[in-house]
Order: sequence, then structure tokens, then C-alpha cells
Amino acid sequence: MAENGKAAGPLPVVPYLKLPEGGQPYLEGHKCGACGTIFIGARATCSKCGARDKMSATKLADKGNLYTFSIVYRSFPGIDVPYVSAIVDLENGGTVKGNLINIEPDPAKIKFGMPVEVVYQDALGRKDKDGNSYISYFFQPQGA
Amino acid sequence: MSDVYILGTDMIRFGRFPDRTVPQIGAESALLALDDAGLTIQDMQALYCGNLFQANAMVGQRILQEIGQTGVAVVNTSNACATGATAFREAWMAIKAGVYDLVLAVGVEQMGKGLIGGTGAGKGIPKEGLLGSGTMPAVFAEAGMEHASKYGTTFEQFAKISVKNHHHSTLNPKAMYQKETPLEDVMNAEMIAYPNTKLMCSVNVDGSAAAVLASEKKAKELGLGRAVRVRASMLTSDPWQERDLVMPDVNSCTRNAAKAAYEMAGVGPKDVNLVELHDCFATAEMLHYENLGLCGDGEAGMMIDEGHTALGGKIPVNVSGGLLSKGHPLGATGIANIYEVSTHLRGEAGKRQVEGAKIGLTHVIGLGSACAIHVLEKAN
Ligand SMILES: [Zn+2]
Repeated sequence: MAENGKAAGPLPVVPYLKLPEGGQPYLEGHKCGACGTIFIGARATCSKCGARDKMSATKLADKGNLYTFSIVYRSFPGIDVPYVSAIVDLENGGTVKGNLINIEPDPAKIKFGMPVEVVYQDALGRKDKDGNSYISYFFQPQGA
Repeated sequence: MSDVYILGTDMIRFGRFPDRTVPQIGAESALLALDDAGLTIQDMQALYCGNLFQANAMVGQRILQEIGQTGVAVVNTSNACATGATAFREAWMAIKAGVYDLVLAVGVEQMGKGLIGGTGAGKGIPKEGLLGSGTMPAVFAEAGMEHASKYGTTFEQFAKISVKNHHHSTLNPKAMYQKETPLEDVMNAEMIAYPNTKLMCSVNVDGSAAAVLASEKKAKELGLGRAVRVRASMLTSDPWQERDLVMPDVNSCTRNAAKAAYEMAGVGPKDVNLVELHDCFATAEMLHYENLGLCGDGEAGMMIDEGHTALGGKIPVNVSGGLLSKGHPLGATGIANIYEVSTHLRGEAGKRQVEGAKIGLTHVIGLGSACAIHVLEKAN
């Protein structure tokens, strides 16, 4: 990173989104070696079973199912509405929240349990104060 | 073990008071509760004060600066929307422990308008509307949609909860709004976060509520006339749940608190005559019918369809108008619902009186999460 805070390329929107050089982006979970629970974000201790220092990083699946959602019509100034706020259970564990895209924001069209895939795109043009752009993750219906 | 009694309790009419300070707003209900008990600030051995937005600003001490600096212990609590109930519970515990005989609990809040939650950008860029929504209407919408997914609960059923609570508030002179909202008005109001329309979101208001608590010995000495007995006080946090890193869980902590509170009180949900529960959004009230055991899992939609939770129904819920219409000044809410239930147990609730009420339950949830439940009983 240069001294003025400007990175060479786009940055990940959250620390658990990994952008390996020359590889495909993915979401990273941390799995408890004692009870198998998968957490989003790095941590030292398992909040389910209390095991210490048993966490190891694991690559999360790029496919999952829609668990629940809301269609957001009122947000803060500058945020485009409506959009679908979705909670997705990933295959092989881990639950992640994000925008569900490439679907009509209509409750009749959005089905509980519908298969979705994780896609990685520019973070809606948002930049930080140093002018860095970001890569974010989104969900879309499988095969959309 | 000896019981704890409420000797006096009151609240101010909720509203917007931008020209008053938080301690002034709190002082008003403190004095009302003292008057209701027939006692003075000089009789109080400690003050427990709940306030969220000025949690670092010694609100309890500043209330005493308004109404009487007696030099007693002051404890300020902050526990999200369970803030007021937590102050009440700390007061209850101090008496239960035998440290004091008479204490005052006050909850007070001055709110801005607008959306709560989802503002924290953290590092990098703002995440709201990029990684879903962290605003309260959306978070509680997602919790409601989880219920819809399991049981087929409909938008209309969620909306009916708001119709009911707004109707109740027309009977409560202390409610912020006292206006009927027919079903089509609720469903056609501005959609905030599906399925919560604007009329299905609690109202941000300023307000305060207070209670004077007494030991059994002191209560008997002063006379149990209008006293209310605290049969149970329970506080829980959210136990681990598989989705709770992205989906704050208001269900498990409520279920755990309810189970423990019923056990402590030695009563079951069927013994309860009225409930004031945390209807921060219409979707939330639906979940808590089941969480509090007022019906079986999957039966909440039927409860609202059949009118069981309306005034005159099997188990009236939020006859005050609830957070949806009475208003939700975060730190005051937990004590305001204790005031409401106490008023019914005393037979003083006027047009909205739940006839013959002997046992009532109050419930609040602070997202993050804290759940407080109190079971109250008419003392004689
Ligand atoms: Zn574990």
C-alpha cells in the first residue's frame, strides 16, 4: 500500500472476503476443531463450546440457500432502494448476510430455501476517503 | 425468601420534548411515582436509573440534582431496549439482597427521529445496502420472515398486530398516538422493510417512567393497599445460535427468560391475565406470542386472527398501545410496561382495563441481546 493509503487494486469489503492473487475470490470462515461450528470472521475462542485456540480458517462454499430476507425500501441518504437484504445458509456451513441481486424485489418472486450462489463484484461504486475501490460479495439465484 | 413490592409507579405521556433535558424528563416521572407511593425522595435509599443515549453522562445523579440531592447510591444502567427493565431489576435485586428497604427506579430517554441501526461504517466503506441491511426495521423484518417461512405467516397477519395496538392506544391517554389505523391503512402505509410498513414500526418518542420498590417488611408497614408484588424478575442474554452472527436472535433469550420467570413465579402462561411485550415492530410481537408460551409454536397467526390478544380476548397483549403506538423511548420502555401492568392489577386502567386482572407479565428485548421479564401480581 502506498503512503497516501491508496492500494494498487481493489480491496475486499470485509476481512472475511479473500482475494487471492491470480485466484478466485472466496469467503473465509473459521471452524472450531472441537465442535465443528463455523464462524464468519477470525476469532480465538469458540462461542458455542468455549474451546480455545482450536480455530482454523476454512474456505466457505459459493452456493447456499436463502434462509430469510427483507425487501428494504427505506434506508439512509444515498443508498439505492429497494434492495433485498438476504440471509443465506452456505452449503457445508456458515451463514452470511448480503444483498440478493438479479431478482425482482417482489415477495412473490423470492422463495424461502431457493438455491443461490455467491458472486463477487465491485462494491456498488463506493470508494473510501483515499479513493480505493472495493470488491464485495452478493447473492443471486443459481443459474441467473 | 421475602418478596419485593411496587408501592408507586407512573409515567409521563410520551411525546417529543426537544426543549427539555434528559434529567428533567426523568425527574417528572420520578416525582409522579413518589407521589403515587405517598413517599418523598428523602425516603429513597438508592436510585437505579436506566438511560441509553447518555449512558456516560450520569443521568441518575442529574435527576437527583433536579429533585433532591440526598447523597444516596446511584447506579446508571444501559442495556439497549432492556435498559429500563434492567434498572428496575437492579433495584429489585438490591432489596432482595436485604441491602435497602425503599428504592427508586427511573427509565428515561430522549430520542431523535429516524432509522436506528445500520449506520456504523467501520473501516473502509459503508456496508449498509451493500451487505444487506442492519437497520432495525429490516432486522426485525428478517426475523418475521423466518416465522413466515416456517409457518406461512402473512403480511396481513403481521399488519393486524399493528391495527390492534393502535386501537388499544385510543384508550390510553398516555400514548403518543391515539388514532385508529384500519388494516388497509397499515398495509398501504409506506413500506419501510417488507413486511414492516411505517405503521408497523415503533414510534421514536421521548419519555420516562418510574417505580418505587419496597421490601416486604417496609411494604407491610406502609400498607399493601395498592401495592403490586413482584413475583419474578429475570434477565437473560442470547445463547449461542447458529445464525446469530448475522441474525440477532430475539427468540432464544425470550424463551429462556420466560421459562425461568414462570418457574420463579410458580405460574404458567395460562395464569397470566395480560402481557406487555416488546412490539418494537409488528413482526416482533408475532414471535413473542410463541416465545412467551401464550400459544404453541406456529399458532401466533391464529392468535391475532381470532382476536385472542386484543382487549377482551383470552390474553390481551399490549393494551397500552405498545411500542407501536404508545411509543418507544428506549430507556423508559421497560418501566413503562411495568407501570401499565401494575395499573391494571390495581384496577385503575380506565377504559382499557383488563377486567379482574390478577397476574401480568412484562417483556422487553434489547437487541444484542438482553431479555428482561417481570411477573407482577396484585398484592391484596
Ligand atoms: Zn466449538
